[in-house]
This record gives sequence, C-alpha cells and structure tokens, in this order.
Amino acid sequence: MTGKALPLPLAGGGRKRSPRAHAIRFGISRFGVTLFTASMAMIFLLPLAYMLLTSFKDSDQMTALNAPLWPAVPEMYTAADGQAYTVYEVPTASGVQDLALEKPGRVTSTMIDPKTGQEVQWQGNWRALTAVWLPTVKSDNFANVLSALNFPMLLRNTLVVSVLGTIGAVGSAILVAFGFARFRIPGKNGLFLVLIMTIMLPFQVLLIPQYIAFNAVGWTGTWLPLIVPTFFANAYNVFLLRQYFLTLPRELDEAAEVDGASPLRILWSVIIPQAWPAIVAVSLFHFFFSWNDFFAPLVYLSGHPDLATMTVGLQAFNATYSRAGSGTLTQAASLVAMLVPVAIFFVGQRAFMRGVVISGVEK
Amino acid sequence: MAIIEDEKESVYAPAPRKMSAARRETLTGLMFLSPWIIGLVVFTALPIIASLVLSFTNFNLLHPENLRFIGLDNYSRMWNEFQNNGAVAMSLGVTARFALMSVPLMICLALGLALLLNQKLLLGKPVFRTLFFMPVLIPLVASTIVWQGFLNGSTGWLAQILHALGLPSPDWFADPAWALPGLVFLGIWGVGNMMLIFLAGLQGVPTELYEAVKVDGGGAWDRFRHVTLPMISPVLFYNILISIIGVSQYFTQAYVIDPGGQGLPGGSTFFFNINLYKEGWSYNQMGYASALAWLMMLVVVVATLVLFRTSARWVFYAGGDR
Repeated sequence: MTGKALPLPLAGGGRKRSPRAHAIRFGISRFGVTLFTASMAMIFLLPLAYMLLTSFKDSDQMTALNAPLWPAVPEMYTAADGQAYTVYEVPTASGVQDLALEKPGRVTSTMIDPKTGQEVQWQGNWRALTAVWLPTVKSDNFANVLSALNFPMLLRNTLVVSVLGTIGAVGSAILVAFGFARFRIPGKNGLFLVLIMTIMLPFQVLLIPQYIAFNAVGWTGTWLPLIVPTFFANAYNVFLLRQYFLTLPRELDEAAEVDGASPLRILWSVIIPQAWPAIVAVSLFHFFFSWNDFFAPLVYLSGHPDLATMTVGLQAFNATYSRAGSGTLTQAASLVAMLVPVAIFFVGQRAFMRGVVISGVEK
Repeated sequence: MAIIEDEKESVYAPAPRKMSAARRETLTGLMFLSPWIIGLVVFTALPIIASLVLSFTNFNLLHPENLRFIGLDNYSRMWNEFQNNGAVAMSLGVTARFALMSVPLMICLALGLALLLNQKLLLGKPVFRTLFFMPVLIPLVASTIVWQGFLNGSTGWLAQILHALGLPSPDWFADPAWALPGLVFLGIWGVGNMMLIFLAGLQGVPTELYEAVKVDGGGAWDRFRHVTLPMISPVLFYNILISIIGVSQYFTQAYVIDPGGQGLPGGSTFFFNINLYKEGWSYNQMGYASALAWLMMLVVVVATLVLFRTSARWVFYAGGDR
C-alpha cells in the first residue's frame, strides 16, 4: 500500500531525496495508516459502545424522541406547588431559554422560567420543542439483572463446570500429548492421523447417541455430561500440546532418565515446566470454550434452571425480556455475562493469541 | 507438512538387544495415550456407529420400547421434505445462502485486516490486534443480544445512523429479507480468529521475495498477487475449511433470535441445526434427527473433498510437493 515510502537503501541509480523529505513522507504515511486502522477499529467495536451506553439508560430514553446517545434523563422543574414539569429548550425573542412546560397547548403554552419561578406565555407548538437532557448514569438495570437473572447462581454453576472441565481437558491432554511426543509405539502415526480426523468431525453425528447414552445412565439434568468427557483428552488440545512438546530439547529428558526418573516424573519435572506457554494457551482455550458453550448445557440441563450455566440463563432471560421491549435490561445482562471471559482474555491475551497461531499455522 | 514425523531416535529407546525394554516403552506410551483411546472408543467411535444405526430406526426418546428398524424410511422422508420444499429443503437453503454470503466476506475481511495489521507503518499493532480479536471471546449468546439491540429498526444505532444519513433502514432481525444479512454482520464480529491465522501466515513470507518483485519493477498489486497470495495459500485453504465446518455447525445465534425453532422472521433463520434440534429434542424423534445429522455429515465431507481436489490447482506449498 504505502510501501514506497519506506526508506530503503537503494544500490545506486535511484532518485535521491533529502532525508528530511523522507522523514516527513514517512511520518505522514504512518499517521495515515494508523488513523485508518483506528477508525476501522472504532466502527468494528461500535456495537460494544451501544451495549455499554444502553445498559446504563432508562428504558424510557430508548423510545424518547431527540434523546441523546449517552445515558441521560430529562431535566425536571419542581414548581412551588410541588408539581414537576419537564424542561424544554424554548426559542424566544431573547434567544434559546430553558423553560419548564406547565400547560401545553397547540398554539400557546404556559411556561415557567426555572430561574425566577415566573409564568411566561409562549407562542408555538410545544411538540416541536426539544427536552433538556441531563447526563445521568443509572445502575438500576444492573440491580434488576442481578436479581432477575440470578447472576450469583449462574456464575457459580459456570465456574464449577468450566474450572472442572479445564482441569480435566488440560490434565488429560498433557498425558496424551506426552505419549505422542516421546514414546515409540507401533502404529503411532496412524493413531495420530485418526486424532487429526476427529478434529474435523461434525459434532452432530456424535450428539444424539451421546445424549441417549447419558440419558440412559441418568446423567441428563446433571453437570456430568459437560464435565466427564473432558477427562478423555480433546483432539485439538492434544494436537497443540504435542506440537509444542516436540520442539523441546530431548537432552534434559535423557539426563533425567539416566538419573533414574520415571516417565511420569520426567513429564512433571522436565516437560511441564518448559511447556508453560502452550499449557496456559490450552487452559484458556478450554475455559473460554466451556464458558461460552451453549448447545451442550442447553440440551443436558433443560428443565433444571437451578443448574443452568451463564449462556443458557442469559438466553432464557433474553427470550423473556426482549419481547417486553426492555432493550436496556438485555444489554445490561449481556454486559454482565461477558465480563469474566473478557477480563481473563485481557490478562492472558499473549499466551492465548500465540496458541491460536500455533494451532492454525502448524496444520 | 510436519504433522507426522519419523521418530528415529527416542529417549526411551534402549539398545536394540533388549526386546523387553522396547515393549515396556510401548506399554508405558500406550498408558499415556489411554485416556484418549478410551475417549475415542466411548465418545466418538461408538456414537458414530450408533447414530448410523439409529438413522434406520424410529427411535423416540419418550417411547424407547417402540424401537424398530424402519429401513430407509427416515431417508425417504428427508427426500420428500427436500422435494416438496419442506423443512429439509428450507433449512438447507437457509444454511447454503448464509454460507455463500458469509464465507467469502469473512475470508476477504480477515485477509484485509491481516494485511492492514501487517503494515510496517502501523503504530500500536498489539493494541489493534487485541481490539479486533476481542469479540471472539464474547459468549455467542451475549454477542447475539448485543447485535439484536444494535440492529433494532427503531432504537438501534445502525438504523439511527442510516436515518441520519437520509437512508432507509430495514428492521434487520424482524424482516425476513434482512435477518440473514444481519447474522452475517454478527458473524463478522468473529473474524479475529481467522485474522490472527492470516497474520501469522503473512509474517512467514520471506522478504526477499518482495524485493525480487521490486527489482523486476512490480508494484503493490504484483507483490500481493504473485508473492503474498501463493505464499499464504495453505493458510487460506485452512481458513476456508474451518469456516465451512463452522457454518455446518451454526446454531446458537439462530436459536437466540428465535428460541421457538421456527426460524423467525418468516423461516429466514431456519438453519439446518435448528431443524435437527427441533426434531431431536422438541419432538424426541431421535432416529430421524440422526438421519439429518448424517445428511449434514455427507454434505460437509463432499464439500471438503471438493476443496481438497481443487487445492492442487491453487494451494502452493513452499516446501515443494506435499
């Protein structure tokens, strides 16, 4: 795009520009590219801004005409008799004044000047007036959401399922990846191909028999179908860890073996300490997967709202409240539901993004 | 590629004379593999066989005692629903239309963003990478709700922006003609994963190649067309494959838009898996739902095979022939 502006040392014969002109051109291109990217990012994240601002609004503001984008409430004036009137921006002979509307009329309205408390007659249609909005942050939506959504219960359920699932997924994947990376087993390459193929398998074909089997042993309506299978090593996690284990030097393994360490001991004290980046990445993958998973909790926990995870609870909440037109409530609820994964992502993003790249490029 | 590698030397490989030690290594190795092997049998192999068998039965979860083999009845019902423009034809149509809209758009956007974030001139790359990636981590249920609000025909920001520009705006998720494009928008929010993979591919392109084009007098387009594109074609291939599999599993977003399972508005979000969920879990017709699952499996396998077949023509492996 702007590659021509790069200060490349030419081997001669190139046109010579002064270094200063170069620096200026370089700076302008830098600014241009960065500005362009920043505006793209702003457009991209606009729905998040919508969610954030909407979740702090009163639901009345959503449908009010001429309401500002940010959370605000109409300014009210309380007259001497205790009555509250909405304050409007009123064009008068002496410029625009903020006046409270006492008696609305099509041609003439009675206004009160909040500063003096005097009544004023105003000629014109009050419906054409714009109310005065005062920026106000309201946390009512969150209070409603926390009780209506039963957030503490959903948080506990989701944490139990995703933490236990992550322990199972990471622990088993480490064992299996170690087996694939470090042992000579006849037919191992064939097994590894099978492993890769299972990554591609559409989940639908497994779903129904698994459901029937879990139903037969009485596990539907419990968390077991969400947790137990994770202890049997997911192919994707094994693949990622095995790729990483293969890059670790074997000399340390050998030294430990000479010292009489058992394979489990070598895994624990030699491999795992070197493989932290990959292990953290896999843990984050599974944690996010489990936190965001919807289909499995939906079918296995249906009819048991006390066991529901965050996504299932949020969907049920949305189904109830979005029809009631409470856009502010559902936006607040989704903000609450995404807090934990987004916060963890910002803490662990480096390891996480490296993991995405390892899994995508090495294939 | 480097997936399968010869393991000529193994740490635990003893001198060739000791046979028992080699066997011990195999046994120890198999012990480490055992969680996966057990899982493969119990949670993958047996369910695949079971679902194929189930697809030839009338299995109903509430009346398992009535179980009997009905031959190809499930498949002929599918064929009828396909021919008479029934649920199968509708749901396949919605899914295919969505794939045709979203896959090319997602690929182009992901590549475009990756090219942008790979610019030497760009300041603050890690910040932008994080920002464009972040929506991937938002639970799909939550991001669908955010977009339901954002695309609302009267109170949503997109409608308000369009109105401010004097343009008409549809009521996306309430309009049968616009619900699917609305879901495409929502899908764009998940572009970060592909973008990162493209970015890693771009960073692997040797700079000498770009300089060679420069020496030959080529411009930016030549660099992209003759160096970047061939060099990242394996990554492109991978991303296309992953997005096809993604569309074949599309469920959550459509379910949040219409939990009733009718694909509201007007059946426009009646995805294949919504139909499968309805048959399997609302009507408990798990035999028929298994047949549906196998149909989708078949479609994905065919699409993957076609992709692999054509890949010889356009995917370039720098290491020579695969």
